[in-house]
Amino acid sequence: MSPLAALFMRDFRLAVRVGGGALIGVLFFLIVVTLVPFAMGPDLALLARVGPAILWIGALLASLLTLDRLLAIDHEDGSLDLILTARVALELTAAVKAIAHWVTTGLPLVIATPLLGLLLNLEPKATAAVALTLLVGTPALTFIGLIGAAITVALRRGGLLVAVLVLPLTIPVLIFGVAASNAAIVGPIRFGTPFSILCGLALMSVVVGTFAAAAALRHAMD
Amino acid sequence: MRLLGSDLACFRGGRQVFSGLSFTVEGGEALLVLGPNGVGKSSLLRLLAGLVPRFTGALRLEGGDPELTIGEQAHYLGHQDALKPSLTVDENLVFWSRYLGSGQEPQAALAAVGLETIAQLPAAYLSAGQRRRLSIARLIAIKRPIWLLDEPTSALDAAAQAYLAGCMGQHLAGGGLIVAAAHGPIGLAAAKELRLGGAP
Repeated sequence: MSPLAALFMRDFRLAVRVGGGALIGVLFFLIVVTLVPFAMGPDLALLARVGPAILWIGALLASLLTLDRLLAIDHEDGSLDLILTARVALELTAAVKAIAHWVTTGLPLVIATPLLGLLLNLEPKATAAVALTLLVGTPALTFIGLIGAAITVALRRGGLLVAVLVLPLTIPVLIFGVAASNAAIVGPIRFGTPFSILCGLALMSVVVGTFAAAAALRHAMD
Repeated sequence: MRLLGSDLACFRGGRQVFSGLSFTVEGGEALLVLGPNGVGKSSLLRLLAGLVPRFTGALRLEGGDPELTIGEQAHYLGHQDALKPSLTVDENLVFWSRYLGSGQEPQAALAAVGLETIAQLPAAYLSAGQRRRLSIARLIAIKRPIWLLDEPTSALDAAAQAYLAGCMGQHLAGGGLIVAAAHGPIGLAAAKELRLGGAP
């Protein structure tokens, strides 16, 4: 098994075992989205209109919740020291850690979306559009979060600081994610226009996030 | 193989930890770094492992793999054990063995440090000494020419200390080199000494 495959398997196992936090994000997502209809009342038309935005906000907050586990726990127990002595490019290590994190915390959000679409009175087509935008958008959130996690890696309990650092950077992803969902539901612009920008943002964040996180990790060591 | 440091100065947290430090370690030799607490023994080992980005002076390895940094050819055994409590003993060691790149399965190393009977136990239940033994199994399972050991005998019982001394002897006999920080003898027969912080 290659070093990167071994790293992926380790992070996956850690996330799904007791205390791993894989379910925390998706449970938080379920609760936030479930609370909204109670707060806004039984106005089905209103719920359908704001549904995509609520799902996106829920996913954004849920993906922030587990970011402090991404790198900080490896720093605390000394694993990061050994990771830096491996013969693997730090950029690839950071990317694989982010992918493992997305599979265990981002992908469950996408899978839970159809269920939550029912609660928000979304049409099947609208639910599919939101799920598709989240499938593309949540990796972008994870890789943007990777930068914040790497910058705050040496701080004890930097979780809130990560959220404050990362949230402003996620605004473009949020704008185009919700815009693409709304385009599929009410128009008037075509779904493809904002969706391709969202795809572009996701690809860009994968590249920038990977290199920025590796650079931050190298300098955080002391 | 030869590890040379000349006029090294190390900065951590905006403070100069040590300066003007020079040493040479040949293959088959061990360097024992001695000195009182806080004098920079651990910092020196971290610097050698490439984990301290801010330092001045020259550090070079002759006869190593020119494609790799010194840290990538070294084992760093620090104060922290780098073990995940929710993974089993076996899974922890297998991961490091694959990630740090030996390819071979490390079960023999696990038996050598006397942990094979608890290979399936989550690492959360290990004692301090057992955690240390598992870290030492990493040194044996993965072949790297430089060992950087930070107080390697802490928490080890007499039998494990003797075993570690045997491992270090074998490593040196095979042409490897060791830099160890300690407060006293750690079972190295003939080690050069490097004293930090002035008079002993």
